[in-house]
Amino acid sequence: MTTQPSDNDLIAQVLRGNQQLFAELVKRYQNFVFTIILRYVESREDAEEISQDVFVKAYRSLADFRGDSKFSTWLYTITSTTCITHLRRKKPDVFSLDQENVFARAENLNSGFSANDVEQKSKINMVNNAIALLSPDDAQVITLFYKAEQSLDEIATIMGLETNTVKVRLHRARQRLKEKMEKHFVAELSDLR
Amino acid sequence: MMDTNSNIEERLWDYVDGISSAHEKSVIEKLLETDCEWRHKYKEILKASILLQESIELDEPSMRFTQNVMEDIAKYKIAPAASTYINKKIIYGIAGVFLTIIVAMFVYVFANIDWTSTGSASGITFDLSKINYGKIFSSTYVNIFLMLNVIISLVLFDKYLSVKKKKLQEQDLTNSSI
Repeated sequence: MTTQPSDNDLIAQVLRGNQQLFAELVKRYQNFVFTIILRYVESREDAEEISQDVFVKAYRSLADFRGDSKFSTWLYTITSTTCITHLRRKKPDVFSLDQENVFARAENLNSGFSANDVEQKSKINMVNNAIALLSPDDAQVITLFYKAEQSLDEIATIMGLETNTVKVRLHRARQRLKEKMEKHFVAELSDLR
Repeated sequence: MMDTNSNIEERLWDYVDGISSAHEKSVIEKLLETDCEWRHKYKEILKASILLQESIELDEPSMRFTQNVMEDIAKYKIAPAASTYINKKIIYGIAGVFLTIIVAMFVYVFANIDWTSTGSASGITFDLSKINYGKIFSSTYVNIFLMLNVIISLVLFDKYLSVKKKKLQEQDLTNSSI
């Protein structure tokens, strides 16, 4: 059984001149980067453009990655700062609270589960739809903690905050998520209980 | 101590997330054994935590995304690490020179103060109005120093403008290739 090379191994090889191996790093993290950015911009095209920008920046400054943190943490830090720079340059879009739009976007998610598993899909859709209703910062904290498996310290580095601030934000984000689910997904929640 | 609902929830979330201290962990474990309110809340929070871990999905970019990135990076070279071209010794050396000049100035000023003078508003013996500014600024060495500062400023300004020009050219190149 072959084990996948670690991020640091891939980086070392890219730095030695094997540029094509950078594609492997892109494939590993493109979904995470894209999802984080999509929380901040409404359009998928903009999110893709910014995501591309992130990976290009990461490639160009790869020699500065010292390896004292995880590559994912370093990459998400670039993602966060690139996103903020883009938002500052562009006039912010008005976030639509039209639930149809939110649900339509959320429905495009790839569930990865078989179509027969209706209850599971319903649960997954509920959670993701509720996260889509959160503010971008709240959604980012939850995604980084639960999906990207970043620790509180790592999230603090990514978002440029103190660890205690991240801890409080995570608590509040979960609270708000619970409120969204109780407000908008009463039927699904009662099925779960 | 009366635990409020939100306090119990917060402590249990920290416990479930694995970020409680060792002492807090043992306190909570004892409460879970003895207090049914804590046990009930713990089950709820554990369920919610598992739901979040299993349910969050990621969006995917287009199928061509990786290819687009690789085509983009083909134009660039990896920049050398900043530590290879920023020599900290030089920076510390320049800082040291400036600090030495500042300290020397302070020493000179304080050494020339007449501490024994009485009844005067200022302890400084030299009269500022008697300083011949024309003589100072006609000095060759002062002029050379000022000219060097002007030249260095122009060089730095030119570097700044050429970096900006390069960025604009790269942008035009990217836009024309799309």
